[in-house]
Amino acid sequence: MRVTKDLVAASATPMVLGILSEGESYGYAILRRINDLSGGELDWTEGLLYPLLHRLERLGHVESSWQSVTGERRRKYYRITESGLAELAEQRRQWNTVVDALKKVWLDSGEWTLPAIPLEGRA
Amino acid sequence: MTPQDDQDGLEAQFAQWRQYVERRPELRKSDTEELEDHLRGSVEELTSVGLRADEAFLVAVKRMGGLDDLSREFAREHSERLWKQLVLTGETEGAVEGTRSRRDLFAMVICAAGAAISVKVPALFGLSFEHDGAFYGLNISLFAFPWLAAFLAWRRQAARGLIGVMLALFALGAVAANAYPIGEESQSAVTTGIHLPIALWFVVGLAYVADDVRSSRRRMDFIRFTGEWFVYLALMAAGGGVLTAFVFGTFKAIGIVPEDAMAQWLLPCGGVAAVVVAGWLVEAKQSVVENMAPVLARLFTPLFALVLLAFLVAFGWTGAGLDIEREALILFDLLLAVVLGLLLYSLSARDPLASPNIFDRLQLVLVVSALVIDVLVLFEITGRITEYGTTPNKAAALGENVILLANLAWSAWLVLGFVRRRTPFAALERWQTGYLPVYAVWAWIVALVFPPLFSYL
Repeated sequence: MRVTKDLVAASATPMVLGILSEGESYGYAILRRINDLSGGELDWTEGLLYPLLHRLERLGHVESSWQSVTGERRRKYYRITESGLAELAEQRRQWNTVVDALKKVWLDSGEWTLPAIPLEGRA
Repeated sequence: MTPQDDQDGLEAQFAQWRQYVERRPELRKSDTEELEDHLRGSVEELTSVGLRADEAFLVAVKRMGGLDDLSREFAREHSERLWKQLVLTGETEGAVEGTRSRRDLFAMVICAAGAAISVKVPALFGLSFEHDGAFYGLNISLFAFPWLAAFLAWRRQAARGLIGVMLALFALGAVAANAYPIGEESQSAVTTGIHLPIALWFVVGLAYVADDVRSSRRRMDFIRFTGEWFVYLALMAAGGGVLTAFVFGTFKAIGIVPEDAMAQWLLPCGGVAAVVVAGWLVEAKQSVVENMAPVLARLFTPLFALVLLAFLVAFGWTGAGLDIEREALILFDLLLAVVLGLLLYSLSARDPLASPNIFDRLQLVLVVSALVIDVLVLFEITGRITEYGTTPNKAAALGENVILLANLAWSAWLVLGFVRRRTPFAALERWQTGYLPVYAVWAWIVALVFPPLFSYL
């Protein structure tokens, strides 16, 4: 089961902000973390991640700094800012609303318990 | 294969990849670096699970996906990057280019300041920009062009001999402007005032082609430079006009009329400084912004061709004779100059290897109709001159007409040959660039020889 592109895009901002709220990180590590968190189900590409990071930086939700790693290599680290934390809180509120509403409607219609829905993937 | 070989091969692959990615305008150098770090992370992980370095590289690049998709995503966030910007200071990406452009900027500021100061030096001797129009009218180019030439010569690291020649020519220009007893209201004042800047502009051209004076390509570059410089100067003049209007308006509102400050300082100093700044802008933006002069030439070539044809048809239809006014000769000189400009700037932007197309035929129509009109006019004018005698004005205008006519006639022949695929395009280019000294020599003759020749009339 792969998550659709639209849903990945919609959840991209809270995902990145959430990961950065755990501590500063860089592009490759963020992508690895998303992969681990979703068990490989979320199909993130570099074309989604880096422009998103740049946009969040432009909006002031994250800030970046170049740090040197081994040898001559430099790595761009991103850190969440105050406004980023506020944005994350707002996004969480909205996502909770959506998820709660979906859960309720699925519970009411009884589909939550239908065996037809394969849940093994999550187990 | 040793691990060291493996590592070297990997570095080579990364270098190749970088080169490939850096060609994308959407991706800045910092983006490339960030993506490379990502790629290296990916490669490290893959080699740690047992892949060979080159295999790991291939897999990592494949995972990153097509560069087209990637740059499209970057373009969505950074749409401003598709609008090429001329960076004025700092923030350039390569360190070497950065110092180079900063040094250019520094030299430009010195030259512009020098021009602005030099234009005020005559004020020490009691000459004012407002009231000594005759002096400034003759000399204004001497306050601006040497500085622009100095900037260009510095940039090209011109040879000492060439610098000496340019200094001598500027000195000669100063003599032409000031040594002759030219009356304020005389015709010679006007002809010198027009021709001396043209003559001195070719000295600037000498500085421009300093690295290779005889090269036809460099001369064509100077023609391009002239067009762009003029466009920039016109834009700056428009901006200066807006600035002036606001200074007047705002200061007037608090009861101060800054007329003196404007006429004595802003106008002369800003004007000569703008000449240098425009030259610097053209040099700095060369490859950054699309050239404007060829675009204008493309737009107006069909329109001018149409107007000239319509004129010829109307002339033939009505059968009325040409009523040549006093200014007519100058008007038709300007017309020829415009047609030549259209031809030159279309040439300057043309791919020399492309085969002739409809636009080249249109150009032929334009040039031929301009020639026909001019021959009619010339016929009329020569009659007048033989009848009433000549003046500096008429002689200068007539000379220009003949020079332009000769150029355009031969150009028409070459364009015809090119359209019929008989002559190569390069012949046309060589003809135009080889002709440049003719204009220069004529401008110098009018400025230097005409006043004594016509006894300072």
